[in-house]
Amino acid sequence: MKLELTVNGEARDADVNPWKRLLDVLRDDLRLTGTKEGCGEGECGACTVLLDGEVANSCMVAAGQCHGRTVTTVEGLATGDVLNAVQRALLRCGGAQCGICTPGIAVCASHVVEHKLLESDDPRARVRELLAGNICRCTGYQLIVDAVIEAARELS
Amino acid sequence: MHRPVGSSLPRVDGVAKVTGRARYLDDLDAPGAWHGATVRSNVAHGRLVGFDRDPSVDWSQVVIATAADIPGKNAIALIEDDQPALVPVGGITMHHDEALALIAAPTRALAFAAMRAMKPKIEPLPAIFTVEDSLATKQLLYGADNVFKQFLIRKGHASDAEFEAAIARATHVIDERYYTSPQEQMYIEPQAMMAEWADDGRCYIVGSMQCPYYVHKAMKVLLGCDGDGVVITQSVTGGGFGGKEEYPSMLAAHVAVLAKRAGRAVKMTYDRDEDLAATTKRHPAWTHHRLAVDAAGEIVAIDVDCVMDGGAYLTLSPVVLSRGVLHAAGPYRCPVVRVRGRVVATNHPPHGAFRGFGAPQTTFPYERQIQKLARLRGEDPLELRKRLALRSGDTTATGQLLGFSVGTDEVLGAIEARLGPKPVSTDRKKRGRGFAFYFHGAGFTGSGEQRLAGKCTLAALPDGRFEVRSSSTDIGQGALTIFTQIAAQGLGVDPERICVIEPKTSLVPDSGPTVASRTCMVVGGLVEKCALELRDHLAANDGVLEVTKQYEPPPGISFDDATYTGSAYPVYGWAACLVDVAVDVDTFEVAIERCVHAVDVGKAINPMIVKGQIEGGTLQALGWALLENVIYKDGKVANATMTNCIVPTFADCPELETITVEVPYPFGPSGAKGVGEIPMDGPAAAVANAVEDALGVACDSLPISPESLQRSLS
Repeated sequence: MKLELTVNGEARDADVNPWKRLLDVLRDDLRLTGTKEGCGEGECGACTVLLDGEVANSCMVAAGQCHGRTVTTVEGLATGDVLNAVQRALLRCGGAQCGICTPGIAVCASHVVEHKLLESDDPRARVRELLAGNICRCTGYQLIVDAVIEAARELS
Repeated sequence: MHRPVGSSLPRVDGVAKVTGRARYLDDLDAPGAWHGATVRSNVAHGRLVGFDRDPSVDWSQVVIATAADIPGKNAIALIEDDQPALVPVGGITMHHDEALALIAAPTRALAFAAMRAMKPKIEPLPAIFTVEDSLATKQLLYGADNVFKQFLIRKGHASDAEFEAAIARATHVIDERYYTSPQEQMYIEPQAMMAEWADDGRCYIVGSMQCPYYVHKAMKVLLGCDGDGVVITQSVTGGGFGGKEEYPSMLAAHVAVLAKRAGRAVKMTYDRDEDLAATTKRHPAWTHHRLAVDAAGEIVAIDVDCVMDGGAYLTLSPVVLSRGVLHAAGPYRCPVVRVRGRVVATNHPPHGAFRGFGAPQTTFPYERQIQKLARLRGEDPLELRKRLALRSGDTTATGQLLGFSVGTDEVLGAIEARLGPKPVSTDRKKRGRGFAFYFHGAGFTGSGEQRLAGKCTLAALPDGRFEVRSSSTDIGQGALTIFTQIAAQGLGVDPERICVIEPKTSLVPDSGPTVASRTCMVVGGLVEKCALELRDHLAANDGVLEVTKQYEPPPGISFDDATYTGSAYPVYGWAACLVDVAVDVDTFEVAIERCVHAVDVGKAINPMIVKGQIEGGTLQALGWALLENVIYKDGKVANATMTNCIVPTFADCPELETITVEVPYPFGPSGAKGVGEIPMDGPAAAVANAVEDALGVACDSLPISPESLQRSLS
């Protein structure tokens, strides 16, 4: 099929099998390699993107489901060389180590802070709940939680 | 920046990582590269007779490689050459999912389809899966007795009879058996490698790895070339934790052979299920521990007998066992110690390196024993540890006299200062508190660092920058950043003027592998020496623009490999951990409500990176304690997906309270010693001790699952 979609604000198209995973469309056809594959079965969240503004595992979405839709990947978070609040906080707080889970975490956390989903009695517990679909094996999560809280504070 | 060392400089590779611009192996542009796939054994032990090829695949579109295509020796050279890169037809496959043949194709989908369509024909042989069957040589898999390696440490006695006499004089002997489970490293980037043979006849290999010179050594043997014939480059690596210490040599062998056959670049990226089924895990271990005390509660003798399942090939098992036995008596004063260790062959996939490298397996038993001693004596468990702990002036199990950088009082004091209220049980939640105290030798064991003779180079560039050349890899632990800080500090320049070049064997000297909590202490120490010397040359304006340094041991360090006595490590890290748990009385689920971890690292070159190292190791240990496991069924990994081979998520993890303690090591860069492994060693025992405190039942096997607690309580 000729897949037409908007990726990071740009109209893109690709000639693909409708069963091709969105992850592969992004990485192979559009050469947006920031979105990573960690498991291929929707467990690790390394392939997290926003699909029409909602968090999705791009390894679990078929190209045929994406026609006419809007995708945001990690490449779409910064404005030129200016990092967004979550990216800056991850850098400042040490929330990225090996970095392979970082794109997925940055996408999910950006969604969380921009939609002010942390407003609760215990924002740190909310971060842990909302990011539970993104596995990081390096950090023990503590510094990522710190970063997301800092980014939310900056945007509030 | 005035003093780079000690500041929390953001990672130098951080911007690339938070923007997705960092290029891991699978992200590299490789026009025209084909994709590789691996045909694997579907039995645990058997003779490979040949292959059936399904005619539904157009075999003219793919390239097949077998053992016959290996130009040099069919072996993954490491400690021994017992493991083949590919089982030859007519040869014996020793474990499930062992590599038998390789396929390359223009697309990954075709390569995998062909792989599935190439069915090995194997005549099964009886297999063994338990250490008991291995020790009884029900099948002979290795040498004369299936024992890959054994060690015996004796302190304060000359014979077993003398040792038993010491045990017999004790007032109490706590005699218990422990089991620690296999564990998957679960780096989020699966194993990945690419090779291309260039017109100059050399093979260029790039990939996800910890140790470029391990791969280099293995490829010289496998490809039958000299050191110039193969060039190894580390790509940005998405986690290792030991899992990319030895196994990348296997992938390198496979892509090199396939690329030769295909006449073009070949890339191989494992699927997660393949990675889980075929690559190394932490060795499961069975330990018999006798802790003998006198009437005053002093330890009079310690007896440890540890058996590890090495799996089908020797790989790194002897050194894993070595580190295990060297830590097995724990950081406690004791005049009479006997430690026996054996690692044996089975038909499981080979077990290998994983953070802690044998020490977590022996730390769990001794810290459970100390807990039992506290209960037996009705003594406060933290006070008991303070009373018995090793300090400067004491000797370890190998007779090493401890001098500098012993952080016992500092780490135990840091935990004591953070005790807080003791957790209180309710009807539905039983609560308890556990402690653990442990040490971890930094750097290679014994005279390993001298034999290794790691090197590092620092050069002044014409543009005013300085270049660090080492084979130490950044696998997420921050090597690039701390080398930048150490070099900047030594040279007295801004960190922005330092660049650490990519580890490529044609450009960097062999600094030794990126393992053993040695990168900061040993190689960082070389960076510091290079920087100080180069600074002097530049000040003298003597024309010297490049300095290379080689490791020299601190004075007074010697170890006898024959008797396992002497200074096992130049220095140790020290750590203490407090864990509070709540156990749900209906579901037996264990929630960790607090985890306080104090770790003596000598000096934190970058406090933020050190905190991240400690916390990452802590959570791997908490996961190992409660929910991680690798389940083998007839030698095959039965939970080879991320859905059922689970690791902790954000939601499983408590808030971690981390205290970085700095008791300087006089021979490390600015006083730094190791940090990578020690946080993995002790928290599992602290969890078990806390659950025992909550429920009154012993937790002597990992993982402490709801099912295991239900069995213990019924």
